[in-house]
Amino acid sequence: MTKSNNLPRILVVDDEPAIQRFLTTALNGEEFIVHQAETGHAALTAVVTTKPEVILLDLGLPDMDGCEVIKRIRQWSQVPIIVLSVRDREGDKVMALNAGADDYLTKPFGVGELLARIRVALRRTLQQTPEPVYRIDELEIDLARRRVLVRGEEVSLTPTEYDLLRLLVTHAGKVLTHRQILKEIWGAAYLEQPHVLRVNVSNLRHKLEKDASRPSYILTEVGVGYRLKST
Amino acid sequence: MSIPQDERRPSPEAMLRAARAEEVKIEHGGKLKIFLGYAAGVGKTYTMLEAARIRQREGRDVVAAYVESHGRAETDALLEGLECLPKAQHEYQGVLLPELDIDGVLARRPQLVLVDELAHTNVPGSRHEKRWQDILEILAAGIDVYTTVNVQHFESVNDVVTQITGVVVRETVPDSILDRAAEIRLVDIPPEELLERLHQGKIYIPEQVAWATEKFFRHGNLIALRELSMRRAAARVDEEMRAYMETRAIPGPWPVTERLLVCASGSPFSEKLIRTTRRLAEELKAQWFTVYIETPSLAKQQQENRERVWRDLRLAESLGAEVATLTATSVSEAIIDYALRHNVTRIVVGKPNKSRWREFLRPPIVDQIIRLSGAIHVHVVSIEPAPIKPGSHFSRSKRQVPWLEYLASLVLVTAATMVSFLVGSILSPTNMVMIFLLAVVLAAVRLGLKPAILTATLGVMAFDFFFVPPRLTFNVADSEYIFTFIGLFTVGVVISTLVAKANGRAVALRERELQTESLYYLSRDLAAAVDLESIMAAVIKNISETLNAKLAVLVPEGEQMKISSISKGLALDVKELAVADWAYRNRRTAGLGTETLGSAELLYLPLHTASCFLGVLGVKLGQVADYRSPHHRRLLDAFVTQISQAMERVYLSMQAEQAQILQARESLERALLNSISHDLRTPLVSIIGALSSLRDETLQISDTARKEFLTGAWDEAERLNRFVGNLLDMTRLEAGELKMKMELCDVQDLVGCALAALDQRLKGRTVNVKLEPTIPLVRMDMVLMTQVLINLLDNALKYSPIESSIEITVQADNTFLTVEVLDCGPGIPEQDLQRVFDKFYRIPIPEGTKGTGLGLSICKGIVEAHDGRIWAENQQEGGLRIVIELPLDEKGGNDKIK
Repeated sequence: MTKSNNLPRILVVDDEPAIQRFLTTALNGEEFIVHQAETGHAALTAVVTTKPEVILLDLGLPDMDGCEVIKRIRQWSQVPIIVLSVRDREGDKVMALNAGADDYLTKPFGVGELLARIRVALRRTLQQTPEPVYRIDELEIDLARRRVLVRGEEVSLTPTEYDLLRLLVTHAGKVLTHRQILKEIWGAAYLEQPHVLRVNVSNLRHKLEKDASRPSYILTEVGVGYRLKST
Repeated sequence: MSIPQDERRPSPEAMLRAARAEEVKIEHGGKLKIFLGYAAGVGKTYTMLEAARIRQREGRDVVAAYVESHGRAETDALLEGLECLPKAQHEYQGVLLPELDIDGVLARRPQLVLVDELAHTNVPGSRHEKRWQDILEILAAGIDVYTTVNVQHFESVNDVVTQITGVVVRETVPDSILDRAAEIRLVDIPPEELLERLHQGKIYIPEQVAWATEKFFRHGNLIALRELSMRRAAARVDEEMRAYMETRAIPGPWPVTERLLVCASGSPFSEKLIRTTRRLAEELKAQWFTVYIETPSLAKQQQENRERVWRDLRLAESLGAEVATLTATSVSEAIIDYALRHNVTRIVVGKPNKSRWREFLRPPIVDQIIRLSGAIHVHVVSIEPAPIKPGSHFSRSKRQVPWLEYLASLVLVTAATMVSFLVGSILSPTNMVMIFLLAVVLAAVRLGLKPAILTATLGVMAFDFFFVPPRLTFNVADSEYIFTFIGLFTVGVVISTLVAKANGRAVALRERELQTESLYYLSRDLAAAVDLESIMAAVIKNISETLNAKLAVLVPEGEQMKISSISKGLALDVKELAVADWAYRNRRTAGLGTETLGSAELLYLPLHTASCFLGVLGVKLGQVADYRSPHHRRLLDAFVTQISQAMERVYLSMQAEQAQILQARESLERALLNSISHDLRTPLVSIIGALSSLRDETLQISDTARKEFLTGAWDEAERLNRFVGNLLDMTRLEAGELKMKMELCDVQDLVGCALAALDQRLKGRTVNVKLEPTIPLVRMDMVLMTQVLINLLDNALKYSPIESSIEITVQADNTFLTVEVLDCGPGIPEQDLQRVFDKFYRIPIPEGTKGTGLGLSICKGIVEAHDGRIWAENQQEGGLRIVIELPLDEKGGNDKIK
């Protein structure tokens, strides 16, 4: 009883019993407490009553649209929301992410992938201030000193490139949409100029990646945005 | 021996005829019953109403649309209890006249409708000129009709009636309507009784009685008319009997089928000749033809006769003849030729009334025909010329006297005389004649017959006066000069006649040439036309040029006629469209120049072939007279046939095309179903198999086997997922639901994403990426193009050996971005290189198919949506190369990566 109270709570919102069953089985085994909701309204109530640490949300709910659910939750809570949907079109993903979702997984997906995303989300909830030094594989970013090292050698970045990298680092593992990045780095005036972002990402990759054609740090989510690989 | 029995069997032709007759009755729905009488007051209307009452009692829906009781009490009594439709009111010269409301009848749609007075002529401006035409339309709508008529109104007896009674009956009905009737009821009372009824005031009001008795109701007249009506009815019964006997193979003496031919010439005798032929044909139960022959030598005269010829031909047609117009140089030869081609047995000609000496100069056509006729009988009919009506073509044909030409001949003679004076000293008078002869020849060639005769006369006089001794007198010393005079005269007459003939022939030839030419051009343009639009363009262009006409082609669309194409400056109002609609529905020519809806502004000809009705051609000719000219009508008929055939051809090819598309779609659907059932089920076999093994606790499964099962199931599940993804993509592409989001994209990122997506499957494979560092950002839909690259890589992985490497190269010049994916697989047979992008095409590999056959066709769809090209080629050193070429626009090409 005491043990279960310490376990992270996950709210699974999906109207398909088969998927509910599958997720509950997969997550229970991984030491999570799983709550279930079948409709958007039930989900909104459950967020209040169960106070989950992570929400897994299906976009196609019988009573209301998933994006609407995200917006309503975001009005008062910053709880991480991972969207699970059979809608594989990029427009849907972008819409959900811009509405405030933290991540997106297209069905079908592997359990390993899901668990990794949940862990990234949990980590962000638990530790609000990111580590000053971010390390992954051979890449090291020291946010306090504004230094970037690849295989121990310092790389010189333009201020924009650095800002871009810093933004990705602070949201490591999370998908950032083009819009979100453009707005953050260049300001609202550049929202319709994604090529500025692409050029800078390309430059960053040439400086950081071993093979820019097969990037391993800055990953492209096609048609959606970018994600920095997380540990 | 079975021959006698066989002989008695009805011939196939007879059976066919009978079947057709049945068909006509069924097709045209309504049955016509005619109550035939011989004079007013015999009780036609009364009998008709009685019959109608009986039908009504039998439960039929009977309506009186137009019944004239003439105030007779008994008739009025019968009318009570019958539904009477209101009559239409037509205004004519300020007076409202009641008419049959044909639209009312068609709207009311009773089973049986009563219409009095079959021979009535409608008020000008009505839909049809004659009531019998109204009735035909009602019948065509499938409504039965009872009607009344007196025998003297029938076309074929019209002239006989006039002969007997001296009264000209103007309201006539074609005899063919009698043939159309399903039943004829003879209404007959003895003339004595009729006269008694007349005197009792039962027929006319007393003031009219005296006039009627004197004019028409004479005992002798009535007897003759009564006999006529009885004979007409009896002939009909006889015909039916014959038809019955023929179909039932009842033996009887059948005469050989006769065919009669009469020639219309537009002369005052033609009409009588045609009526005579009709009667003869009637007696012989023969089919008959009327031809009109246009000859160059008679061209001028025929111009004036055109109206008459047209009337003659229409008359013949209404009397049941087959009508044709021919162009030929010789009337007699053309007649014989036509007769031979149509198996004519008898030719009817009029007895010539030309004077003897003209016969001597040129044998009359009758003689020529008789000489050429061979086995064909020639009937020579004696005819008295019909009285020439004042204002007929003779007075109209008076030409103005060609003063100018006469003046010119005077000048010619003067000139000849003066030349003769000049050369008088060296020429003898006999040779001087040559100069005058030259003047006569010139006059004959240039000025025509009469000026040539004048020239000859004046020339002879001048020659005589000035040059023949004794000079300056008209006396002639040497009688030899008489021959000179005669020679001069003869030469003038002969040459001018020849020239006139040659001219006429040339004119006719030119006209015919023009016709042939315009028909040729039209048919050439129509043959080249592949769709309706080009047909319409060809029609409008050619016909308006040839006939100097404005045209409209109308085709049915749903319930209405729609203008498909129209000449510039021509507009059709609702009324015109209604006429076109009538022509289309009734499949008959209507509008200006016809007897149906003649008040329209255009002539409407239905376009049809043997198998289908396609639309209507509306024609507005330059002059009203042109509508009646056989020349124009013949050309129009030829045009209509050509247009119809062209239109049918296009419709048929459209149908064939659609059938082909349908077939292609069906085979595609079949392929889709096959593919789906195969590609969805195959992965499920492994998945379900593996899962069932793992779930079954009774089975002893080794760890290796368990791992094997799981890997297999996983791979197959992935494959299933890819297939479903492809199907969805294909569906979106097909539904046109793909909305492209064109953005400037980094091609390197594109390659990276495709490789990342295939990460799991690329393990252990080498992929070489050759990418120029200076590739610009390219405008594309990144998501879709990533999908393209994934599909190409997926193919390369599938079809090349595991140990071989795959290469991606990206190049750009100023105009194109080229992306190539190369593998070391077996390649594709040359003949299939095009087909790999077809849906459900699979590279033939013996060990079975792995792909869905959708991947490449999706690629093609996406690349083409980018205005790009994709193709496959075999590399010389082996393996397949797939090339994508995307155009770089100014916007896309310039942003170089720094």
